[in-house]
Amino acid sequence: MNLPSTDEILDDLAFLDDWEQRYQYIIDLGKALPGLPEEQHKDEYLVRGCQSNVWLISEEKDGKLQFHVDSDAVIVQGLLTLVLAAYHDKTAEQILAFDIDQYFNQLDLENHITPTRGNGLRAIVNKIQTIAKAH
Amino acid sequence: MTLNVAQIRDQFPILKRQVNGQPLVYLDNAATTQKPQAVIDALVDYYTQCNSNVHRGAHYLSDEATKRYEAARKTVAAYINAGRSEEVIWTSGTTEGINLVANGVAQRLKAGDEVLVTEMEHHADLVTWQQACKRSGATLKVVPIHDSGELNVDAFHQLLSDKTAFVAMPHVSNALGTINPIKELTAAAKAKGALVLIDGAQGVAHGAIDVQDIGCDFYAFSGHKLFGPTGIGVLWGRYDVLAEWPVWLVGGEMIATVSYQDATWGELPNRLEAGTPNIAGVIGLAAAITWLQGLNAKDIWAHEQALLKRATELAEQTQGLRIIGTAPNKIGVLSFVIEGIHPADIGFILDKQGVAIRTGDHCAQPLMKRLGVPGTARASFSIYNTMDDVEALFKAINKAQMMLA
Repeated sequence: MNLPSTDEILDDLAFLDDWEQRYQYIIDLGKALPGLPEEQHKDEYLVRGCQSNVWLISEEKDGKLQFHVDSDAVIVQGLLTLVLAAYHDKTAEQILAFDIDQYFNQLDLENHITPTRGNGLRAIVNKIQTIAKAH
Repeated sequence: MTLNVAQIRDQFPILKRQVNGQPLVYLDNAATTQKPQAVIDALVDYYTQCNSNVHRGAHYLSDEATKRYEAARKTVAAYINAGRSEEVIWTSGTTEGINLVANGVAQRLKAGDEVLVTEMEHHADLVTWQQACKRSGATLKVVPIHDSGELNVDAFHQLLSDKTAFVAMPHVSNALGTINPIKELTAAAKAKGALVLIDGAQGVAHGAIDVQDIGCDFYAFSGHKLFGPTGIGVLWGRYDVLAEWPVWLVGGEMIATVSYQDATWGELPNRLEAGTPNIAGVIGLAAAITWLQGLNAKDIWAHEQALLKRATELAEQTQGLRIIGTAPNKIGVLSFVIEGIHPADIGFILDKQGVAIRTGDHCAQPLMKRLGVPGTARASFSIYNTMDDVEALFKAINKAQMMLA
């Protein structure tokens, strides 16, 4: 999976100054994320958000945690890309050490880019942190 | 006469604010309505002039609070044409009202009894009955709907039988806006000897309600969907039914006598209202109703229908948009999906343009499944919405389509 780094995302967003551009950026990120094949949309992978479904699968490869996600809403998919940029292909220690709240603050993307129940981001962040802790 | 919408808007301070740098276009009225200044003033006045506990203080303020509180009960009783004001039970909202009834029903149901609900229930009027059936061994029967979102009335009559102990149905579907023929259905259910509850959450804010004319045994609604405060609702019940109803919450205020080992219950309405009530909420709700009674109910209806008609026209002209819920008899609710776009994405992009709608399953997961949609986007209109709001909605939808395509 070819993900931008958190620094690249922060740099990109710094150049976009109105909401339409920022949202278009998120939408494009969402479209670029590969997602999961339909048969992996299983209840056991479902992270329930209020307005859209999010699926999360994790595995370990060479001591690093890999995350594969999907959402039926493209903006949520884009938001998930922001989260995966921070967590995908990192060790459990790196994941737990990462200051996600500060990262979201830096993204400075207003209401919807903060982890709220509505967009399921908080649930996905919690789940990833739980997986890392159990590791 | 037509509604003077500009004058009405002036009385809702929140409509003057901006969100996301845009003027607010508030189209989430089925979730909750905004509050007129008269309601805000009533709450402030209560807390600044009158705050005191009701029914027990031996002092001036308590007497005054009690007078306002009980006057509010009469205001509500008159608004819904209750036979007696003691039939008005204060609750925290529709959900609590239905739970109060379902709790009593569960105690009385037995295996072999049937409870009838509809496919269009909100979870508040479904999970309650499903759980009451699970507890009692009764069977839950679900009346199907047509694809248009209208209730299948023939199926209703077929499912109704001598076994039917209880019927619960929405006055108006929250997700689709369908207005059900509750009077006719209630009469049929009563003829079989069943008790009938109407979930009035979406029914109260769009025209006059006459519980005696409907003929039901219970009608539950929330104040906050009727321009009143959150956390206050009403369960209306027929006096002879409520007088014998199993008590729900027990504690202070609802008792007649108490010993360490036993207690007896007070009279209506107290026996179903344990503890210190939401006094400010009650007074705020009465203020909302009094304010609403200053408007002509027919004008309200005509205005909301005009908004719905225009919105429906624009929806039909929007490529890829499908209206979910096309019953001929609807309140001002436009539920829709757009091909290839998830409702949540529509909601995000509309919000950035200052347009507030609701997206998701509308607390009606089985209904969404029945309709074969993951959820819908729902715009719902109220008295203070304008044709400009409708135009803004579709301008915002067009932009969402462009961005998300």
